[in-house]
Amino acid sequence: MAVKTPKHFAEVDGFILPGGESTTMLKLIERFDLWDALSKEFAQKPVWGICAGSILLAETVTSPEQKAFEIIPMTVERNGYGRQLDSHTAEIDGYEVSFIRAPVIKDVANDIEIKASHQGDPVWVAHGQNMATTFHPELTFNFPSPMHKTFVNMVSAEMLKARP
Amino acid sequence: MGANIIDLKTGLAEMLKGGVIMDVVTAEQAKIAEDAGAVAVMALERVPSDIRKAGGVARMSPPELIEEIMKVSSIPVMAKCRIGHFAEAQLLQEIGVDYIDESEVLTPADEQYHINKHGFKVPFVCGAKNLGEALRRIGEGAALMRTKGEPGTGNIVEAVRHMRRINAEIKKATNMDEAELMGFAKDIGAPFELLKIVRELGKLPVPNFAAGGIATPADAALCMQLGAETVFVGSGIFKSDNPDKFAKAIVKATAHYDDPAIVLEASKELGGVAMRGTEISEIDEPMRMANRGW
Repeated sequence: MAVKTPKHFAEVDGFILPGGESTTMLKLIERFDLWDALSKEFAQKPVWGICAGSILLAETVTSPEQKAFEIIPMTVERNGYGRQLDSHTAEIDGYEVSFIRAPVIKDVANDIEIKASHQGDPVWVAHGQNMATTFHPELTFNFPSPMHKTFVNMVSAEMLKARP
Repeated sequence: MGANIIDLKTGLAEMLKGGVIMDVVTAEQAKIAEDAGAVAVMALERVPSDIRKAGGVARMSPPELIEEIMKVSSIPVMAKCRIGHFAEAQLLQEIGVDYIDESEVLTPADEQYHINKHGFKVPFVCGAKNLGEALRRIGEGAALMRTKGEPGTGNIVEAVRHMRRINAEIKKATNMDEAELMGFAKDIGAPFELLKIVRELGKLPVPNFAAGGIATPADAALCMQLGAETVFVGSGIFKSDNPDKFAKAIVKATAHYDDPAIVLEASKELGGVAMRGTEISEIDEPMRMANRGW
C-alpha cells in the first residue's frame, strides 16, 4: 500500500522506498516535513530502497552530491549507466529485471552483504534489516521476485523479534 | 526482452507516476521546475499559449536549447517532435533525450501517418482523445499516453472530455464478449489484439497521463481523480504570476490529489493568479490542436 503521511507510517511493518526521481523525492520529503518522521521509522523498521530509493538510503551520493538517510553504508553514483537510452534489462539470480536510468553502487562497507552484482558492481545489497536494489524487480508480470521474497523474510524476522 | 517483463520504455513512465511534468523554455526555468519538484521537464522553444499567439509553423526546438536544458537537469528531459516527422525524432534520439512527445502542439508534418515508434530506442508519449486513438498510437509503439486537452488555453474542459471518453470506452470494452469486441474494434478503429488486452486489464496497457489546459492545483487534482496517473503542465506554470510558487503548489496538489485539505493548502500558496483562460469556442476550428492527428 502507498503511505504518504506520518499518520499512516505507524500502520506498516516495513517500508519500500520505490523508484522514481530521487531529486523529486528528496525535495518533496523535505517540503512535506517527512524527513524526521521517516528517519525515525527507518531506525526501527526494515526498509528496502529500489533504484531512486537505494540512492536515498545510501551514506554518500555522487553526481550530483545530495542528502540521504545514510541507512546503508555505501556510495551510490546517480544515473551511473547514463540516460534512458542506456536503460537495459538483465538477469539477476535467474530473474529478469530492469535497470532504468539506474544508479551504480560504487563502494560498500565491509559489513555489507552483496547479494548480486552486474557488470562488476553490486546491484543488490543487504545490511542488517535493510536492503537495496539498483534495479526494478517489480516491473514484471512474474510475481513475486526473489528480491520481494527476501524482503518479506527480513520483515517477518523483525516482527518475530519484536514480539514479547 | 522477455514477455514477463514490462517494457523498458513504459518502465520509465511508471517511474513518473504521481508527479508533474513541466514545460520549460530555458535552462533557468528547468532549474525552477526541478527545484519545485517536477518529475521531468519538457524542453520547448515556446509554451503552447505562445505557439498559439505566434502562429506560423511550430517545429522541434533547436538542439542547442534542448542540450542546455539536459545539462542542468538531473531529472528526465522530454522534447517534442511534429506528428509524423520521424527525422526530427531521429535527431531527438541522437541528442539523447529521455522521452519524445509526438505532439499536436507542433504543426503536423504528415497528415496521413504517425511515426512508427517501434523503430526507436527512445520511448514516445502521444496524445489521444479516445480509446481508438490511444490504441492506434500504442500499436505504433507509444510507451505512454496522455490526453490531448486543448493546450495553451488554461481550460481543462477538453482534457476532462478525453479522460472521461477513454474511461467510458474502457468500461464498455470490459463488458463485451469476443464477437462484440471485434465489432467495437472496427467502430473505434482500434487494433483488436490491443483491445483484448484492455478488456483483460480494465485499463490501457501503458500509463495514461493528463495534459492540455491544466492551470490550477484543483485542475491537477481533478485529472488525477479522473484516473490520470501524472499531469503535464504546459503554459500554466510559466505564464502564471509566480512560476516558482505555482509549480510547487501544483506538485503538492498532484501528490495529494485525493486529500482536499492539502489541495486547498496548495491553492492558497499560489502567490498570484492563474494564467488567463480561453473558452474553446473562441478558437477557430483549424486552430484547435486536439484535432491534429487521428
